[in-house]
Formats: sequence, C-alpha cells, structure tokens
Amino acid sequence: MSDFEPIVVAFCCHYCAYGAADLAGSMRLEYPTNIRIIRLPCTGKITPVFLLRAFERGADGVYVAGCLEGDCHFIHGNLVAKPRVNYTKKLIQEVGLEPERLEMFNMSAAMGPRFAEVAREFVERIKTLGPSPLNKTYRVQSDAA
Amino acid sequence: MVIGERKPFDEIMKMLEGLKKIAVMGCGGCVTVCLTGGHDEVRVLSSQLRMARDKEGNPIEIIEKTLERQCDPEYVEQAESVAKEVEAILSLACGAGVQFMAERYQNLPLYPALNTTFVGGSKKEGYYVERCQTCGECKLYFTGGICPIARCSKSLLNGPCGGSTKGKCEIDPEVDCAWQLILDRLKSLNQMDRYSSMMPVNDWRTNRDGGPRKMIREDFQR
Repeated sequence: MSDFEPIVVAFCCHYCAYGAADLAGSMRLEYPTNIRIIRLPCTGKITPVFLLRAFERGADGVYVAGCLEGDCHFIHGNLVAKPRVNYTKKLIQEVGLEPERLEMFNMSAAMGPRFAEVAREFVERIKTLGPSPLNKTYRVQSDAA
Repeated sequence: MVIGERKPFDEIMKMLEGLKKIAVMGCGGCVTVCLTGGHDEVRVLSSQLRMARDKEGNPIEIIEKTLERQCDPEYVEQAESVAKEVEAILSLACGAGVQFMAERYQNLPLYPALNTTFVGGSKKEGYYVERCQTCGECKLYFTGGICPIARCSKSLLNGPCGGSTKGKCEIDPEVDCAWQLILDRLKSLNQMDRYSSMMPVNDWRTNRDGGPRKMIREDFQR
C-alpha cells in the first residue's frame, strides 16, 4: 500500500518533547505531517487507557516522548511512564496489534533535531507495518478491494 | 484484601463469543486496590475487547460501570438499569462479587474476568503477597503475628521442616521460611515460651472442610 499515510499520535511532555517539537519548527526542520501531538503536563500522566483509546480510535502508531531519564521536571514521571508503555505493549499484543506500534522516547527540550528524527523514524516504522486493522479509512479500502 | 488476577485475554474473548452487547462491571472494593478490577481496569479491558472484536469485523457494544462493591446487595442493586440493556455481564469482581451479582440477576449470564487468587496485602504498589488462608482459627497470638498456615508451604504448626535453609523455603529460594520468620520474631519479642508449647493438630472444620461458612451478627438481624 504505497499511498498509506499513517496516523501517529505522539503524547509529548510539556517540559521536553513538546519544547523540542517547537524548536524543530523554529529550526525549520522537516518531519512528517502524520504526527498528531497531544501535550501532557508530564509523561507520568500517561495511563494504558490513554494509549488504548488512541489505538481504538484508529491510530496506526502511538508514541510517548518524555524527558531524558533523570531529568524529569516532576522528578520521576518519565520513569513512571516507561513501565506503563511496556505494559500497554502487552495489552495491544493481546488484541492482535503489533507491539512495535507503540514506543517510548526520551529527549530534552533542546533536542529539536532529535524530535524530527524520531518522528521520521517512527512514521517509517509504521509505514513498514502497514495500516492498523482498526484504522477505518484503510479497512474500507481493503474490504472493497 | 482479596487479590485477583485478570484471566488471560483469549479466555475472556471465548466466554463472550456470540454476544453483541454486554456490561463490563468493575468493583470498587479490594480489586480496585489491587489494580485488577476497578474503574481503570474496566476501561482498559473494555477498550481491548472492543478493539479485538472490531478487528474481527464483529463489533461488541459495551456499557462500562463500576459499583461501589459487588458483594453487597445494596450496591448490586445499582446495576439494575444496566442489566436490563445487556445480554451478559462480565464482572471484574472477586468470585464472591460475581456470585452476588448472579444471585441478584437471575436471568442474566454472569462471567468472571478475574481469577480470585488469595487474601493478602500490598508490599508496595502493584506487588501483592498472600498473608491469610482464612482457616477460621487464628493462631497469630502464638506465632509472633506471622501465620504458619498461610506462609509455611506445608502449613506446619510446630516449627520448621528440614527444607528450611538459611531462612528460605525449599520450594523457592525467594520464599522466606515462615518458621524462621516466626522464630526470629518470637526471639526479638522475648516470647520464645510460646514456641515451647505444642500446638495441637489443626481443626480444619473451621476452614473450608466444614462446608461453606457464614458469619452472623445477631444484633443486626431483624
């Protein structure tokens, strides 16, 4: 499916990845438009429910981007998020989705180029995996074909 | 509290085969505290079920609800409006909760989403350990507050067996020998005299061996 444009939801921490996205923009760095950013006060806010809802509504990939380990604005929010993301990987695997559709990244607010790089790499990964079976746009097409 | 673990996802899916509209019912009691059957877990399981069924092209409609407790008629009552709308209820309560629901809603299939495992407590968040086997004859006075029935693998009553090595049980090097713990504690409490008196053979009639049990507070009976 060469025309597949995935929907990727990125849960970004206000204090790092969200700032990094802003910086990537200021630096005029290009990254895929497939990314839908949702700002969080801290990745410690993430729960499996948030991540599952994104998949349920048809996201092809989801990632959580938090501060570098040891640099969380709220001391250990990113370390809370990490095992939750890993746990949710198992939950989506039970449903029959590839765990690779979900990932956690760490970056600082100064890492604009890294933000763009992560976005590019992740979108590429999801393109290789193909559309999520829950993405209604592509399911209609494949059903018709 | 009562500890439960969620059943394997495939087993739950199999139970729900052919159903189009169900309620996923959480319990606000013990299983909320042990993170397996509360409001959040209802949302997670419902989401998973909807996704798995949607993926098969066989969608399922789910009403998500969490009762204060499922082991109390006054709260079980509160599921009535939901019960009228669904083909079955998938309960995330312990075995007791599922049965109270089944007794109240006679014409509705009630399915368990958890395996009720033991009575215990949390060592830390998300880490639960067994502490009581509900034997019905508490011996903690004699054993320094450490239960030999629940925590000794053989439920021995008068000291450790030969499998106790360096304070650990022979079944698993990570499991403490309950009798080592008891002896250490009795020593530190200066209560070793309690160890010297023999404990008689356990009367298992107060346990499950005497059939289903009940407890009645007479002053509450009208």
